[in-house]
Amino acid sequence: MHTLRDAFAARRARGQAALVAYLTAGFPDAEVSARALVAVAEAGADVIELGVPFSDPLADGPTIQAASFDALAAGMTLEGALALLRDFRRTHDTPVVVFSYLNPLLRFGLERFLEAAAAAGAQGLLVTDLPAGADPPIEQAIRRSPLDLVRLLAPTTPRRRIAEVVEGGEGFLYYISRTGVTGARDALREGLADEVRALREVVRLPIAVGFGISTPEQAAAVAGAADGVVVGSALVDALRREGPEGAGAFTAALRAAMDAAGVGPQGG
Amino acid sequence: MTTTEIAALEERFGPFGGRYVPETLIAALDELAEAYRAASADPDFQAELDALLADYVGRPSPLYRARRLERALGVEGIYLKREDLNHTGAHKINNTVGQALLARRMGKRRIIAETGAGQHGVATATACALFDLDCVVYMGEEDVRRQALNVYRMELLGAEVRPVASGTRTLKDATNEAIRDWVTNVETTHYIIGSVVGPAPFPRIVRDFQAVIGREARAQMLERAGRLPGTVIACVGGGSNAMGIFHAFVDDRDVALVGVEAAGEGLTSGRHSASLAQGRPGVLHGSLSYLLQDDDGQVAPAHSVSAGLDYPGVGPEHAWLKETGRATYVAVDDRAALAGFHRLAETEGIIPALESAHAVAHLVDAAERHAGEGPILLCVSGRGDKDVAHVARVEGRGDIL
Repeated sequence: MHTLRDAFAARRARGQAALVAYLTAGFPDAEVSARALVAVAEAGADVIELGVPFSDPLADGPTIQAASFDALAAGMTLEGALALLRDFRRTHDTPVVVFSYLNPLLRFGLERFLEAAAAAGAQGLLVTDLPAGADPPIEQAIRRSPLDLVRLLAPTTPRRRIAEVVEGGEGFLYYISRTGVTGARDALREGLADEVRALREVVRLPIAVGFGISTPEQAAAVAGAADGVVVGSALVDALRREGPEGAGAFTAALRAAMDAAGVGPQGG
Repeated sequence: MTTTEIAALEERFGPFGGRYVPETLIAALDELAEAYRAASADPDFQAELDALLADYVGRPSPLYRARRLERALGVEGIYLKREDLNHTGAHKINNTVGQALLARRMGKRRIIAETGAGQHGVATATACALFDLDCVVYMGEEDVRRQALNVYRMELLGAEVRPVASGTRTLKDATNEAIRDWVTNVETTHYIIGSVVGPAPFPRIVRDFQAVIGREARAQMLERAGRLPGTVIACVGGGSNAMGIFHAFVDDRDVALVGVEAAGEGLTSGRHSASLAQGRPGVLHGSLSYLLQDDDGQVAPAHSVSAGLDYPGVGPEHAWLKETGRATYVAVDDRAALAGFHRLAETEGIIPALESAHAVAHLVDAAERHAGEGPILLCVSGRGDKDVAHVARVEGRGDIL
């Protein structure tokens, strides 16, 4: 099985940035969601973030909110998301990060979840509402597990806090490209490349940039500055509009644009 | 331990509370905690707040002995803490004036808030008018419908009310939307949260600003009744008026503290808001507390005839008071609350907010038992003018509207 770091390293060895693709588990329903995972993996996603739908997705914009509500209405559960992952794992080895709010994991039982997710074939876990230092026992339990604890850094994160966030992070570091919730945006923020360059001074993990990246052109621009590009809402939009084939085609377009752009300025 | 970890631990109530928020908000919470620490130590800040509470809010609020109600219930010593007589008609203004002062101290010119019944929205819009701050209030579509007059009040005060159409269309989703706004505009915006909920340091800040209720009531009881109350009763949604009146009595071990949740259509109906009675610990809106949720960890919709109690979570300090046994929590259903609403109106000429009517209903039910422990202190958290039309509709008198 590939690890998250392997996935980034493999792209970097080819002078390319990794594509991290977000999909909401069970959207629009379990069967189509399973096909979407396969389509996105086969179209060139290097890492898949599998979002666990939640009733109160307060870090998400309208697209992923709507996908979460639709998935829940179609009967998706945390157990169901792990079943999707297990099925996907039978045929594909693309690393998967489970992307969740904390409460469904607590309800399921954290230790039980960590075991079940690893057994289902997850490589990492990203908990939106668990910032570094918020709950040391939970964070330690995740780090002790086979899953990588993927940490987020925001443009608002104070300098003195960056080291603390980075130190506990595993797999890759997710840099939020702007303040706000998830969702497609027309323009990328100025200064992003400089911020990523500054982060490299203190971050040894690969850096993936996400939030608001919605077109192949934007993905290519970010690929020129970072080790990875996360695309979520725009991909979920494509899935909603055009089904798994559309999500696959969009992923392929992102991949092609990023490959043409090459990798960030840091080099090795 | 890192300083962040220590700060996080300091901000808990036993295991409850914490800062379960997106990373983007951490800096703002740190900034708020620091600004609040500095303000608390600044006599000028306290003096300005005290002056506003006196001359603008109308504090101290009266302690009123409800003798007709005593006779009707056959007990001696029922005292009502009259937060309904505050400017804007509820306790909410105690917190919004304090937080608006904090926002000004932090140099933030834009304010956002969530509201259920509209009382916190009105109180926030009022404070923003007073301090010339931009104000956006998020309110669930269902509540916009139930509390149309409060929407108009907020607009009169210069606020923008944004209806929230997602999820349950009530307070829970209005709070989600306010947090989304804050994550987006955090550098220019202060979020005036309306109850003792949310990530640290909010539960403590809101409690401290509301604690004036209990400080006054404790002194008033000593002066008027010559003793402390045997029992303090307050309604609990998020729990800010209850924490406000409880806080001064927490160390008085002989004073029983009783919080009254909304049992909606009944605790077994699945349609209620009694998080402490029926919920399980979980994380919502940035803190760990009791939470109405299903077996998959999805937050369950709350229900109450009262929009202000219609919330599936509860402040983390209440969870701790329950867990330690220092306070007890009971639940009163819609029907009893409506009866309480009428009862206080008819016996004392005081129309309570439907939220406060839950506390009244518990008093009606348990007056004799509590009276055995000494005088009873009940917090009338707000006045019922805002609810008159809604009650008329619920009771089949919609024709008069």
